[in-house]
Amino acid sequence: MKLGTMVRTGLVAAGLMAGIAGNAFAQAGDKIKVGILHSLSGTMAISETTLKDVMLMLIEEQNKKGGLLGKKLEAVVVDPASNWPLFAEKARELLQKDKVAAVFGCWTSVSRKSVLPVFEELNGILFYPVQYEGEESSRNVFYTGAAPNQQAIPAVDYLMQNEKVQRWILAGTDYVYPRTTNKILEAYLKQKGVKQEDIMINYTPFGHSDWQSIVAEIKKFGSAGKKTAVVSTINGDANVPFYKELGNAGIKAKDIPVVAFSVGEEELAGIDTKPLVGHLAAWNYFQSVKSPANDAFIKTWQTFTKNPKRVTNDPMEAHVIGFNMWVEAVKKAGTTDSDAVIDAMIGITVPNLTGGYSAMMPNHHITKPVLIGEIQANGQFDVVWQTAGTVVAEEWSPYLPDSKDLIADWRKPMNCGNFNAATGKCGGKGK
Amino acid sequence: MNLLRRLAVLLSALTALSIGTATMAADLTALVANLTVGGFGEREAAIGALAASGDARAAPILEALGAGRLYVRKADKVVVIAKSEGNQLVLTDAVTGKAAGSAIEAELDRVRVNNRLRGVIDAAVGSLTLMNPDPRVRRGAAESLLKRPDPAALAALDAALAAEKDVRVKAAFSQARAAVVLASDASKADKLAALQVLRDRSDRDALSALQAAANVATDPEIKVAAADASASVRQTLAVWEAAQNVWYGISLGSVLLLAAIGLAITFGTMGVINMAHGEMVMLGAYTTFVVQDVIRTSAPHLFDASLLIALPLAFLVAGAVGIAIERGVIRFLYGRPLETLLATWGLSLVLQQAVRSIFGPTNREVGAPSWMSGAFQVGQITVTYSRLWIVIFALVVFAALILVLRKTPLGLYMRAVTQNRPMASAMGIRTPRVDALTFGLGSGIAGLAGVALSQIDNVSPNLGQGYIIDSFMVVVFGGVGNLFGTLVGALSLGIVNKFLEPYAGAVLGKILVLVFIILFIQRRPRGLFALKGRAVE
Repeated sequence: MKLGTMVRTGLVAAGLMAGIAGNAFAQAGDKIKVGILHSLSGTMAISETTLKDVMLMLIEEQNKKGGLLGKKLEAVVVDPASNWPLFAEKARELLQKDKVAAVFGCWTSVSRKSVLPVFEELNGILFYPVQYEGEESSRNVFYTGAAPNQQAIPAVDYLMQNEKVQRWILAGTDYVYPRTTNKILEAYLKQKGVKQEDIMINYTPFGHSDWQSIVAEIKKFGSAGKKTAVVSTINGDANVPFYKELGNAGIKAKDIPVVAFSVGEEELAGIDTKPLVGHLAAWNYFQSVKSPANDAFIKTWQTFTKNPKRVTNDPMEAHVIGFNMWVEAVKKAGTTDSDAVIDAMIGITVPNLTGGYSAMMPNHHITKPVLIGEIQANGQFDVVWQTAGTVVAEEWSPYLPDSKDLIADWRKPMNCGNFNAATGKCGGKGK
Repeated sequence: MNLLRRLAVLLSALTALSIGTATMAADLTALVANLTVGGFGEREAAIGALAASGDARAAPILEALGAGRLYVRKADKVVVIAKSEGNQLVLTDAVTGKAAGSAIEAELDRVRVNNRLRGVIDAAVGSLTLMNPDPRVRRGAAESLLKRPDPAALAALDAALAAEKDVRVKAAFSQARAAVVLASDASKADKLAALQVLRDRSDRDALSALQAAANVATDPEIKVAAADASASVRQTLAVWEAAQNVWYGISLGSVLLLAAIGLAITFGTMGVINMAHGEMVMLGAYTTFVVQDVIRTSAPHLFDASLLIALPLAFLVAGAVGIAIERGVIRFLYGRPLETLLATWGLSLVLQQAVRSIFGPTNREVGAPSWMSGAFQVGQITVTYSRLWIVIFALVVFAALILVLRKTPLGLYMRAVTQNRPMASAMGIRTPRVDALTFGLGSGIAGLAGVALSQIDNVSPNLGQGYIIDSFMVVVFGGVGNLFGTLVGALSLGIVNKFLEPYAGAVLGKILVLVFIILFIQRRPRGLFALKGRAVE
């Protein structure tokens, strides 16, 4: 071998190695990947697409501030297409192939249940932004939406005290969230002295569109000489025909108010709200709340979507809080390593958009204020009542016999999502 | 001297007079100002005080408050009533009733009310408007007092009742009085008479008042009489309820008919299993949205006619897409039902995602024209205008389709081609063209259905999915290839569904109907009205 050839070969080799090293450095050093697991097609696209956009906006804003740990954030968007098993597959793809540091995603409880084993197996981090039925606490999931005691129970209390409601119609879509929530509410109402005959429970299929009979039933149930209210856990698309039928049938909020847990600004955008003025919704955030943080958020959001009429809603705020908490936790831990971040998360406190602060509690749920709003003619909500401070989530409902002894605490030494205070053991639903 | 004295007297009289009017105005100003401060509790007291003043100007102020049109102007703290005109709010001073210029929302603070206050305002306005010159307003006042009986209003009601000339208003007054008497601590005889008045009224509001009386009565005789009266009212209502179920059934049936009638052509007579049928309905609904959007921005006065304008457009849009699908895909797949099914199902996904990309995933608002909003009463049945018009529309579309098939050359060709293709072709009919037009007609009708369904359902990319299964069910149940079968099938499924729903619930009701159809198809594989003769094979 001639010297020239040797030198040339050596140079090439060195170049190759430098190239490889450079690549490896670029992958590990430049970017932190963040997974976004929201349906962009199928039934749930109506709600979830907005959340994807919020995440993209938050990541862009964070990058403008210089990223995180000196690295840029990169969004990895996948589309689980409203298909529950596909959620699990896509979650696995995000964690194994893309090696994302955290995932923000899911809307329906069934999609969360579908990805839960994947996140536990691969030790990922999921931020779940939607109000849900509770009865769950996983080490790998941070629940930034409301548990039943942060939404449903205060709403019922409000109706009982301020509107003197004595008769209750619990109407919901037929799946796990409404069924569990209604079970909790029924137990709660009975404990408050409401008789069985004053509670009516009604379930309808997903996407139910013919509400005539049910609206007539509501009218009938409401003419028993006692103030009646409807507590609605009707989800998704079915709400629009329901409210249209209510408006047409002339059920006014002052006669029979309807309080909803799944209807926000986004859902009302498809309805003429003039006949619905006064019907209620319980959330932890409303677009109409006046606070500097909220004004700034709305402005950024409308600029980002290039639509000055784009509305904001509660699950969006949950993602804002969740994302900011994750950023703080990563800074505190100094790494995006799952175990370190999960430990660092507890106790992180960030401002929410309604002018207060939300903290991550040891049960992996956050503290939230509860707001009751009345629908206005312009499709927004007027806040008519709110809790004095924030409310701590009860992940295991004290009103259900199966879960009343359970608590979750992910701090050491307990480190358990379903600790049974009666038996003193971790795991299992107790007697 | 004399002159001086006279002047002094005159002056003092004048001041007295001006002070008098000033105090009255000041009273109202203070009362109105009270409405705008404090929380909901203080506001409730202020409403009571304003209503008790008996001032004639109080009623419009309270009505504006209830409707959310009462504002405080930030600049000078004047309380104003606003009326929206374009982007501006036109203001009138609440106390003086004089015009007060205009403003935008941001310059004003709305005086907020909640449900409880709306109820209180209703009752207050009710007792203030009992003497209103307009008989409709007086009846409205009586109705709101019936719903919220306030014992304090009894004297006002008695006075109004004595002065009333109109027979219908008089009846409404005496019923409202009965409800008020039941809520007050009147004598036993009065209460028993009141129970009788409400028993004769026999509707939901009367039942409410009677039940409330039965719940709180302490006197056993009144309790028994109230329970008795409410039982009798309930019996009357039960009869009405059955009639109501029939109406709901017809209404649901008409929706099913609209969704299925286009399919009855493409699937029923052509034999194409078109899974993208629902998406044609969806396209029709989106056409309505686009029409309304254009009208809202460029010609708001045409809004009431928006649906009529949308109808032909929706027919054309959906029909054109249908023809394109037939020419582009389906014609290569005739005679291969399985592949047609898969191809059209794929097409339905493509169409959904296309609409989602263009219009966004969220619901679009399609407003109801004024002639389609609200409801009226037939006896104790509430009939909503939107449902009534949809029933009429479905029947008109059905009749028009029958006419097209029976009386036009196109209809003749269609029947010829579907019955015997080679023979029709031999007679000189261009069968591919007829195929395309038939498919276009079926799709166009689905587009018409979309216009109607936009009034009662979501206008979202998923709109069609909800109807595809039901449509196939109706066509198969009614008898494939028979339009009258589709009509009878849709109406009977609608009515069966509505009679099952109150007993079995919506979820179980749907399952029962499905089981019923499966069993029925086992017995009669060709559906309700089977075609007979050689054409069947």
